[in-house]
Amino acid sequence: MKTQLLTLLAFTGLATSVFAAPETFDFKDPKGVNNAGFKLDAPLESINGSASGITGTVTFDPENAATVTGKIVVAANSLILPNPMQQGHMRGDKWLDVTKYPEISFEAKELKNVKTEGDVTTADAVGTFTCKGVSKDLTIPVKLTYLKDKLSQRVPNMKGDLLVVRSNFTIKRSDFNINPGQLEDKVSDEIGITLSIAGASAK
Amino acid sequence: MKTGLRVIAVVVVLAAVAYWAAAGANRGWTKTLIPVKVRDDITGIDGVTYQKKFVPGVDFLAIAVGTAIVATGVSFLFRTKSNLKHPTKE
Repeated sequence: MKTQLLTLLAFTGLATSVFAAPETFDFKDPKGVNNAGFKLDAPLESINGSASGITGTVTFDPENAATVTGKIVVAANSLILPNPMQQGHMRGDKWLDVTKYPEISFEAKELKNVKTEGDVTTADAVGTFTCKGVSKDLTIPVKLTYLKDKLSQRVPNMKGDLLVVRSNFTIKRSDFNINPGQLEDKVSDEIGITLSIAGASAK
Repeated sequence: MKTGLRVIAVVVVLAAVAYWAAAGANRGWTKTLIPVKVRDDITGIDGVTYQKKFVPGVDFLAIAVGTAIVATGVSFLFRTKSNLKHPTKE
């Protein structure tokens, strides 16, 4: 009887691990650490800023990382530059027009070239990047780190898992109607974007 | 008045350069926010928060120099005292 019970428990555990359901991770960060950085080259000094208003969800299956889908949204009015005049111009109607286009987003549809080692998965995320009302298909490199049962260490009184998403990629502002063809001698066409975000899946 | 404006021009430039140098001699644009990195040890993410701080840049120096040039230029509109005391005879 004891052996049968142990066998049953072992099978149950195996089945749970093999058929683990995909988890949905919420990227609204209570600690306010999640951020998307951006960088544009300029003659005097590069323009470096960041955005903290990040939301969205990602569905991730630890047993099958290739099935990742989800959408990350950045509030356009959370983009900050250290120089107040530059920030005003950036948010204004000639550049991002944040009043009319309040969201910048990337919606991942599938992962390609998936490589998983332990809890870390690297891949190319294929999806749609939307900025200033213009949507374009984009493939960006991503690094996913699955941190099982680590949510309680980050947010007390909450149990669950964490998923850290990192990505570095480049877009062209002219592709997204951001003052296209204008002032390229002062502000580069290319925008380097760095994404460092963590999502939580509470249990 | 003429001398006074020129003294003001020199003082403005010297004060601006001294303040700019004391604030770190920032060769970029003036900033009112300074990014501060905050590391989350659990996820390893380096977050960014902003601290309010005025850091003068080259545009600050340019405004000071511009103000000094205007003050010096205006000073040429005033006659010197010697010219007023001994007006030229026609």
